[in-house]
Amino acid sequence: MTALIECRNLVKTYSMGDMTIRALDGVSLAIEAGEYVAIMGSSGSGKSTLMNLLGALDRPTSGLLRVAGEDLGTLGPEAVARFRNRTIGFVFQQFNLLPRTSAAENVALPLVYGGVAHAERRERALARLEQLGLGERTDHHPSQLSGGQQQRVAIARALVNDPQILLADEPTGALDSKTSEDIMAIFDQLNREGITIILVTHEQEVADHARRQIVFRDGRVLEDRT
Amino acid sequence: MNLLASIRVALTALRINALRSSLAMLGVIIGVASVIVLVSISEGTKQAVEAQIASFGANLLIVRPGASIFGGRRGAGGTGTPVTDADAEAIRDQVSGIDGVSGEVNAMGLSVVFGGVNWSTRITGVNPSFFGIRDWTIEEGRAFSVEEEQSARRLAVVGQTIIDEVFDGASPVGQSLRIGGQQFEVIGTVAAKGETSFGSDQDDIVFAPLSTVRQRFGASETPTVRDPVQTIYVAVGDGENTDRIIADIQDLLRIRRDIQPGADDDFSVASLAEFIRARNETESQLGLLLAVGAGIVLLVGGIGIMNIMLVSVTERTREIGLRLAVGARASDIRNQFLIESIVLCVTGGLVGLVVGVGGTIAYANVGELEISVNPGIVAVAIGASAFVGVFFGLYPAHRAARLNPIEALRFE
Ligand SMILES: Nc1ncnc2c1ncn2[C@@H]1O[C@H](COP(=O)(O)OP(=O)(O)OP(=O)(O)O)[C@@H](O)[C@H]1O
Ligand SMILES: [Mg+2]
Repeated sequence: MTALIECRNLVKTYSMGDMTIRALDGVSLAIEAGEYVAIMGSSGSGKSTLMNLLGALDRPTSGLLRVAGEDLGTLGPEAVARFRNRTIGFVFQQFNLLPRTSAAENVALPLVYGGVAHAERRERALARLEQLGLGERTDHHPSQLSGGQQQRVAIARALVNDPQILLADEPTGALDSKTSEDIMAIFDQLNREGITIILVTHEQEVADHARRQIVFRDGRVLEDRT
Repeated sequence: MNLLASIRVALTALRINALRSSLAMLGVIIGVASVIVLVSISEGTKQAVEAQIASFGANLLIVRPGASIFGGRRGAGGTGTPVTDADAEAIRDQVSGIDGVSGEVNAMGLSVVFGGVNWSTRITGVNPSFFGIRDWTIEEGRAFSVEEEQSARRLAVVGQTIIDEVFDGASPVGQSLRIGGQQFEVIGTVAAKGETSFGSDQDDIVFAPLSTVRQRFGASETPTVRDPVQTIYVAVGDGENTDRIIADIQDLLRIRRDIQPGADDDFSVASLAEFIRARNETESQLGLLLAVGAGIVLLVGGIGIMNIMLVSVTERTREIGLRLAVGARASDIRNQFLIESIVLCVTGGLVGLVVGVGGTIAYANVGELEISVNPGIVAVAIGASAFVGVFFGLYPAHRAARLNPIEALRFE
């Protein structure tokens, strides 16, 4: 059986003028379904670049990248949109909620593009908010929520379409340590329920929640410990 | 994502920025409103012209001495050797395809006296067929007969204004009326026609037999020509070729007036409808110019929409990035902004429609111009504004759809 995520000799370069930056410089990795992975490494080492490739927000320059059976190097635009919608849930450091839009509508957003009917969208969004302890806050706008609450809304949004993989790029980067712990407890629980989680962090306490830690340096895997 | 959902997203976005949205709409509102006012006014003018043509009698030809009745080209119309009763008879007998011929002479500013009332009006001498030719309906009593006309009887058929002013609204038929110091018997009345577009009262008139007016008031009398008339009216028969009849009358009169081949006509034969339409052509050209102006306002409004949509795309770059990250296709993003632009413009168009129709009605109430609010302009308003929405929304929507999700998400 092949792994859920498989990269082989993955390269991503950015060219700025006549300078070429190798953000990922030959990464080979395999991640199985149900794993809980933390990616660490100094600033600029390529962590976000890898996450973006895994979530099909960007394309590899060369090398193989296969996620949930899809070859992300060659996927067409329709299939890419579908992949982002169904297979992946993304959580960002800056939450990225739509302003002046209720928590429930924010959570339901992926369902809009998944072709789910209006009534069912709301139902599923409310269920996810309930699950994340925000049952009382469904009609609040992001500006009326604390940072931790906003990140929980964002997690609910990432989960609403039942993805196989949750990608979180520094999900606790904008939160204090107490709130970070709450968020990590949620991730722990989700992983116990079977979702594959890959998160990027600079904090060892956060990384310690994961069962596997991969350290990057200069676009390469420096360390991969379980 | 379906259309309804897209419209809902668009409406939400516009509501969130209500003030800015309404300011952006202003150009479209003004543009659509002015288009509607102009269309209504020019429609109204056109209808007024056609009504006027109909009230003069459709298919009417006017034969007058002088080179042209299209004023000022070759000397004033109506001057020169007059046309005569004999000319009118010749036309009636020798030109085919005509329904009727009547001469007309006018005596202006004569006083009409009945009881204690003294009124100054215009006395028009005509043949009996005149009433049919010029579309005057006998309302009460009768018109004079051919014999009465030829024997120059002092009979009168009066217009509505005469009834109102001289007879105080009572029936004048059978009454005796003093016209220019002579005793006339009123035998009939004609139905009211109202004012011409020049503002003169068509009903302030007394008709009498042509020969009576000529003999009694010396109208159009010249020492050299027998039985002159000022104008000969010719009614073209239904379905007859007007141009052919004009040519026939011209040929006939050239012979009768002994004009050498190659010399210019010293009379004119013109179609009244054409004359009125020609006069109004200038007006419709002005209307066209104004419509172009309104189009430019709409264009500027469209540029305003494009500007606000570009600002909106830039402002919502992160939102676009997020939508792409959760599974929106480029076409979803493009449609969202396109629909937003269309909703913005059509809302503006509807407001403009209300303002335009309201303005037109207000204008009709204060001003003197005819207007006509056509239901078709609803379609014009919505169509024009939707077009502006698509045309000027396309570029911003295209820019939004082309964004790269990562860069969009990182946008500050
Ligand atoms: N769009 C881009 N254009 C040019 N260079 C880029 C671009 N995105 C990333 N890079 C470069 O690629 C390298 C890896 O960047 P990446 O964002 O993956 O780092 P990171 O490990 O996530 O860092 P941090 O911990 O600060 O978030 C950096 O040197 C960065 O400058
Ligand atoms: Mg990063």
